[in-house]
Amino acid sequence: MAYKRLDGRSNDEMRPIKAKVNVVPNADGSAMFSIGDTIAIAAVYGPKKMHPQHQQDPEKGVLRCTYNMNSFSVSDRIRPGPSRRSMEISKITEWALSPVVMLKKYPGSVVDVHINIIQADAGTRCAGINAASMALAHAGIPMKELVSSISVGKMDKTIVLDLDKYEDSDFEEGEGSTDIPISMTGDGKLTHIQLDGKIDKKQLKEGIKMAKKACEEIHEIQKKALKETIKK
Amino acid sequence: MTDRKIVIPGEVIVKGDDYLPGEWTEKTEKGIISLRYGLAEETKRLVKVIPLSGVYHPRRGNVVIGKVENVTYNGWVINIGSEDNAFLSLMEVPRFVNKDALEEVMNIGDSAVVKVWGVNRRGIDLSLKSRGLGKIEEGMIIEINPYKVPRVIGKEGSMIKIIKEETGCNITVGQNGFVWIKGDKIENELLAKKAILFVTKKSFVSGLTDEVIKWFKENKKESKK
Repeated sequence: MAYKRLDGRSNDEMRPIKAKVNVVPNADGSAMFSIGDTIAIAAVYGPKKMHPQHQQDPEKGVLRCTYNMNSFSVSDRIRPGPSRRSMEISKITEWALSPVVMLKKYPGSVVDVHINIIQADAGTRCAGINAASMALAHAGIPMKELVSSISVGKMDKTIVLDLDKYEDSDFEEGEGSTDIPISMTGDGKLTHIQLDGKIDKKQLKEGIKMAKKACEEIHEIQKKALKETIKK
Repeated sequence: MTDRKIVIPGEVIVKGDDYLPGEWTEKTEKGIISLRYGLAEETKRLVKVIPLSGVYHPRRGNVVIGKVENVTYNGWVINIGSEDNAFLSLMEVPRFVNKDALEEVMNIGDSAVVKVWGVNRRGIDLSLKSRGLGKIEEGMIIEINPYKVPRVIGKEGSMIKIIKEETGCNITVGQNGFVWIKGDKIENELLAKKAILFVTKKSFVSGLTDEVIKWFKENKKESKK
């Protein structure tokens, strides 16, 4: 049976997106990315000397991401501070971004990326990666490409793009819902894919195709946001 | 002036084999791509990207303004805003220093105008052996984006000369983005600060020197009222 989505979107439609650069005046680079009711703010500091010293890499610089969900970002207050989930997402963000950043010229240094989710409505890690990639570019870090990220999902048997909170965790009809966050570079190379649930090969390919198209759209929005700050 | 356009990392600047990749660019199958956020410039056959943001990269001969972070037995560790801390050795201070009391010359928290004497793998060496260098005793220090320093100074110092003349302040612009303003009156210092911030804000406007002269006229009228 075919479902109609709660907010009236079609299956391959994203929520409205806003992107802005230079939102944290004290950071070396910063960006805000919002998709629907999810808002992420990323701030980049560095390259600076890595501390503690034993984490220094004498061959290249290190990318260090910290993902944090503010306690007021969801309707039930969440306990502030690092959790299993936030530590996992920090690591995931690092892995999604490290293929594009070129830190060969900064041995012994670290680039710190702080991602704060100030409002959450599913898809926070994708919003975080999008914001972080823009903030890194804004901070003048050498990069091969920008990274764009979006989640695709499966609700019962249909593939849908950009799940919101209800579709992600409260939908339980049929097979229930599956969430697949995907990150890509501007030319469509995957840097990160996660899968929480079950999906078959054919549908996964269909989902990736859908994400690819969406990532291209996000890439254009990121590009526009970065270029707009200079024009003024 | 050659045509410049804003580029983001991964963006194709030019296609084909007619061009050579310069600074912060890379040659790929798609063409020459930018590796940094900045302005792309084509001069003859060379394509390069001028960065607009990032931390300060010290170069030999740069005059910078830094803050003393630590005092050791043979010198001072100075933070100049780069990823590495810089070291000012006792040998590079052209005056008598009591070896048992280095903090009498400069203590933690003091600021100084210093020159980058050398950059190597182990760190940055500083020197005080030149004119105009030394500890900062009075005035104010403001921070701007190090990539906007060339605009604040202007062509052959034209911009900074106007600001100096209009405000009557002594201004030292460190290559690392710290600016030291010293005037006889605090109002003049504040006016100089405002002017510098105005320049950094409008750094993409062409014919900026004329604009700054106009800005000074307007601002002086206001203060007279």
